[in-house]
Amino acid sequence: MQELEAHVGVEDAKPTEDELRRKRMTLNMGPQHPSTHGVLRVMIELDGENITRATPDIGFLHTGIEKECEVKTWHQVVTLTDRVDYLANLSNNLCYALAVEKLIGDIEIPPQAQWMRVMLTELTRINSHLVWLGTHALDIGAMSVFFYCFREREDILRIFEMFSGQRMMTSYIRPGGLALEPPRGWQDAVRKFIDAFSSKVDEYEDLLNKNPIWLRRTKGVGYISLEDMLDLGITGPMIRGAGLKWDARKDEPYSSYEKFDFEVATHTDNDVWARYRVRMEEFRQSTRIVKQALDGMPGGPWQANAPKMVLPDREKMKTQMEALIYHFKIVTEGYRVPAGEVYQVVESPRGELGYYIVSNGTSHPYRVFMRTPSFGNIQGLGKLLEGSLIADSIASMGSMDFVLGDTDR
Amino acid sequence: MIPDSLSTKHPAAAALASKFGDAVIEGNDDHGELTLFIAPASILDVCRFLRDAHEFNRISGITAVDWYPADPRFEVVYLLHSIPRNQRLRLKCRVGENAEIESVTSVWRGANWYERETFDLFGVRFANHPDLRRIMMPTDWTGHPLRKDYPVHGHKYSYQNE
Repeated sequence: MQELEAHVGVEDAKPTEDELRRKRMTLNMGPQHPSTHGVLRVMIELDGENITRATPDIGFLHTGIEKECEVKTWHQVVTLTDRVDYLANLSNNLCYALAVEKLIGDIEIPPQAQWMRVMLTELTRINSHLVWLGTHALDIGAMSVFFYCFREREDILRIFEMFSGQRMMTSYIRPGGLALEPPRGWQDAVRKFIDAFSSKVDEYEDLLNKNPIWLRRTKGVGYISLEDMLDLGITGPMIRGAGLKWDARKDEPYSSYEKFDFEVATHTDNDVWARYRVRMEEFRQSTRIVKQALDGMPGGPWQANAPKMVLPDREKMKTQMEALIYHFKIVTEGYRVPAGEVYQVVESPRGELGYYIVSNGTSHPYRVFMRTPSFGNIQGLGKLLEGSLIADSIASMGSMDFVLGDTDR
Repeated sequence: MIPDSLSTKHPAAAALASKFGDAVIEGNDDHGELTLFIAPASILDVCRFLRDAHEFNRISGITAVDWYPADPRFEVVYLLHSIPRNQRLRLKCRVGENAEIESVTSVWRGANWYERETFDLFGVRFANHPDLRRIMMPTDWTGHPLRKDYPVHGHKYSYQNE
């Protein structure tokens, strides 16, 4: 309309109707936009209300974590992995720890540590999906879901605080096991939460499943073909929402996931609704895994018997000279990791999270490459938005569930 | 040439060695992960062959490792993944500082951003890339931060006198 008015009174410049129809408008979305949940800029080319092209522009949150890793010792890098994806800290901790352990080779992680890792990463998945559901519903216009989700998220963060002393930047999973002994009474806290959680998921579904606004804004919106997704590097609930049953927990099991009984959630609709259904099902499956971990948690040590790389017990440091020496060595010089390279994959709440680590035999990593799920997913954002309505772009972007810290590193 | 033990265990490695001969320089499967060194000139053909004949339908990531001051200094690393066969494969190419390597964007569109990132942070140039711009750093940035001769605190600030 503004376009038209600008031409009023200027006879020569008045565009023909055909010219107006062909006129494209470029719209800049972000970098500060409430629905991108971070700093993402998308250049959108519009033909009327239809998006003809969308180009994401990233890098606003680039903090050089990979470079930083190269000057830290192997032990210190754990704290940096927390900060990559700030909604799935423990998944990042786990991926890094598994990669370092694979590189070291002759280290045996005790069963209790492995099971605890599974339990905590599943709680992380629930936590991350809760933030996704709350904010996604808020974007689309269902505000109350947000309050329900953050109520439960608070419980999970309390559990994390109980374990590690931190709500978000946990650094709890370390190469060699866990950072601290599981706290007294953790079983009760986790059981209290997980027993109540199934009914909470029903509550969210009551709020949304029959909500006509939610249905209209999600069903049939945000289609992208599976071939495009695989070609562009999209993983996680996005491809499972298109019917592909690929999940690193099943296909490349790590940390004794093969001992747990769970289903990989899939859906065939391949739209925003399907991705919502997949994540709701993942709530239920994660609940199942946490319950199994609670019931069958093995006893015994929670750290590997590797005094040269695992920090010693504080009490032992006061009485044993060796423990004090090892502590001093690990903290000042750091432990050495044999030269080599590995690529380790875990299923983060957002998709394939991989750490490609190169060691040259010193006490610092030579190169840490983080294959983060959000980076791969945002690469497909242009294709996802292409051809859709501008009003649907928020729903489509939300269904992707990216974290910009995870993208830019 | 790759060792015989590798060819018998990994059909993809054997097929590559017989089709491309000397272009497959060496290989290993340390930690159970198959790694093949490929001559940079044939990387595009190798990738296309692996996608078409061995169902490597995804590229998980592309990155580089800087072995400064060795020459050639960079190792470009391709992390391939086949969902139908549930296999992973790592290809590596050694390229020098001023050399160019063929882009594999025509094989997997997902390579686009990974190659841009590698170009941005290491300065490895990819020939025939549709849009080789910086992706992480600002467009007017000088230098490539993940190179080993780039200081951690950057060129702009010096903390030596503090």
